[in-house]
Amino acid sequence: MTKGHKELPLTPVSDTPSTINLTGLWRVVRPVVDLSKCKKCTLCWKFCPDAAIELAEGEPHIDLQYCKGCGICSFECPAKCIVMVKEVGR
Amino acid sequence: MVMTGNYASAYGAKLSRAEVIAAYPITPQTSIVEKLAEFVSSGELRAKFIPVESEHSAMAACVAAQTAGARTYTATSSHGLTLMHEVLMWASGARLPIVITNVSRAMAPPWSVWVDHMDSIAQRDTGWLQFFCQSDQEVLDTIIMAYKACESRSVMLPAMVIEDAFILSHTSEPVDVPDQELVDSFLPAYAPELKIEVGKAMGFGSLVKPDQYMEFRYKAMQGMEDARERILSVEKEFKHIFGREHGGLLERYRCDDAEVVLVAAGSVASTAKDVVDAMRAKGVRVGLARIRAFRPFPHQELRALGSKVDGLAVLDRSYTFGAAGAMFTEVKASMYSLQRKPAVKNYIAGLGGRDITPRTLEKILEDMLVVSKRGAEDEVEWVDVAGLPRRWR
Amino acid sequence: MTKTTIPYEEFAYPGSTGCPGCGANLVMRYLLKALGERTILSIPACCWAVMPGYWPSHCLKVPLLYTAFEATGAAISGLRAALDVKGVEDVTVVGFAGDGGTVDIGLQAMSGAAERRTDVIYVMYDNEAYMNTGIQRSGSTPWGAWTTTTPVGTNHGFKHESKKDIMSIMQAHGIPYAATVSVAHPEDFVKKAAKAKSIKGFRFIHAMSPCPPGWRMNPMHTVEVARLAVDTHMFPLYEIEHGKVRITRKGKGLPVSEYLKAQGRFSHLTAPEVSAIQKAVDESWKLLLAKEASGT
Repeated sequence: MTKGHKELPLTPVSDTPSTINLTGLWRVVRPVVDLSKCKKCTLCWKFCPDAAIELAEGEPHIDLQYCKGCGICSFECPAKCIVMVKEVGR
Repeated sequence: MVMTGNYASAYGAKLSRAEVIAAYPITPQTSIVEKLAEFVSSGELRAKFIPVESEHSAMAACVAAQTAGARTYTATSSHGLTLMHEVLMWASGARLPIVITNVSRAMAPPWSVWVDHMDSIAQRDTGWLQFFCQSDQEVLDTIIMAYKACESRSVMLPAMVIEDAFILSHTSEPVDVPDQELVDSFLPAYAPELKIEVGKAMGFGSLVKPDQYMEFRYKAMQGMEDARERILSVEKEFKHIFGREHGGLLERYRCDDAEVVLVAAGSVASTAKDVVDAMRAKGVRVGLARIRAFRPFPHQELRALGSKVDGLAVLDRSYTFGAAGAMFTEVKASMYSLQRKPAVKNYIAGLGGRDITPRTLEKILEDMLVVSKRGAEDEVEWVDVAGLPRRWR
Repeated sequence: MTKTTIPYEEFAYPGSTGCPGCGANLVMRYLLKALGERTILSIPACCWAVMPGYWPSHCLKVPLLYTAFEATGAAISGLRAALDVKGVEDVTVVGFAGDGGTVDIGLQAMSGAAERRTDVIYVMYDNEAYMNTGIQRSGSTPWGAWTTTTPVGTNHGFKHESKKDIMSIMQAHGIPYAATVSVAHPEDFVKKAAKAKSIKGFRFIHAMSPCPPGWRMNPMHTVEVARLAVDTHMFPLYEIEHGKVRITRKGKGLPVSEYLKAQGRFSHLTAPEVSAIQKAVDESWKLLLAKEASGT
């Protein structure tokens, strides 16, 4: 929403977390994790450029609101438990 | 004290308690930063002096330091100022009340270290307040006043205090250096509403889409418009405390009942005042209007003057190729809405340090007296150019 | 909870507008993990000037001052001066610029800041071309690479000039610390950035930052390509502490063709051209080993 000039600061100062940008919408392929194969090595978390993976007890939870589908996690996973599948019907 | 315009600048910055000074040497500005470096190293001024490797970096460092809440100052001249051009825009867009001294000097080629206003005029669209000074005293006083006016919540824009190369920068005049306590009472510490600091995750100066960009520019425009009133009220307060004033946006000298008025900026104004006095003594009704603030431009003040005179002789110490002198085009535009318009003619003089003598100014006023009755052959005339008819000496 | 090998705390939010698989996102993530919250960044024109998102979006948990393309060295000088004069302590001031903004247009301001011994960390994330403007060659583009201004298939063809050796340039400034880091080796990265933080003076970090669109590769290969750069000695990992060179990872010594063939920007190279690159890389590596051995 465009703001009126009176509502704006003097100069553009950004203070809103970028979580307002739902970059998951960019995705053409989606990571699907088979946690049963996960060795909890945390490499996927470590190499995610978008900080879109959180660890719970060492297991990855990918936030699909933000995951851009780059596939680094899938490529780097030594246990091969993340596969990239085509996004369809969005 | 007796001091040069450059020392007056240094004292102005010192009295204003500039906290970060980033500067690069250029003729004829050098003695400003030498003096400030001295003040800092002796401890007389509690500031950080950054001896940067270029004027572009000088302004970029000032922008960063000012964003972090420090009052900043730098000084430059001609090529240094034009190298800063990009960051001058940054300073105004970021709404940072930085104050600089520009020792106005001609641009190369041909190389020239002497006065004209091309460097300063070329920055007119950068969003800076621009003050042309007439005396060393005015330089010192204007720096202090500029900080106060520019740091006002309603303004928050940078200011350029302009002193003419050598004529002011290296000429000694008696200058009253006010007490620090008095200046402190007039100019409180810089305390911006927002500054960059740890613990506040903010991005300063980020990317703005077309749906919002114009609003930020609109706000800057409002800041510059509000500066008109603020310059006047700050000067009024300054006069109350220090007993001096310098003429607001437009200084008028013996303009009442004048037939013809010379419009000029900078040090030439002091010569012009003598010329006006001499011509008045002979019964010729002439006056001087000195453009002190080129930005914001004194349109209203000039209109009030223009409605009462027959002619305005606008002296430009620079030239906008393909058009005319920049002061002239502004003055002429100001007159457009008047019912009874004065004749306006442009005189280009004093480029690259050429002296503008009392005789030349007298000739210009005499020419304008004729033009105001009969009209001008040429609306823009280059004065005292070798190879043209010698009618200006 | 499984223990991670680098700090778990994040100083970057999701939702940055970097491309999928962007190496520069990883560079920032690792850097801030090492430096922590008391950090102020200045970023000039580069990919990272747009990656935090359109106003009012900000993807970092630390403050950031945007600056002009060539001005990073000056901006961090100004920030440091203001903090010093205001008596604000324990803040790491960081300049974070791309390769063009460092080795080309920003070299002068950075050199000035280094010469003045400014107490800052300067990080160059090196994606080896002007990527934000659309893959134009920079002084940091390697010999043999395609870019939009070194188009293949013309008389001149690919880039025929070699990459500026920015580490040597910075070493020549006599700075207390300089290091190369890779997004394929986050532990080494974080360790070096933390060491840089602990040292006073001008510190320089050269971070290799693969760019999937610019390097013509699948975004999933970002880390792999960075790994290959280290293993082929195309991008050796080392540090220079008070003039003393130390290689922090020797790499496998794979043939450079392994690195080159993973990227479309090198796909036009002939076998002799690849050999020429191999020869140059071998010589640089030998020189680096000699520097380490001699302690300079």
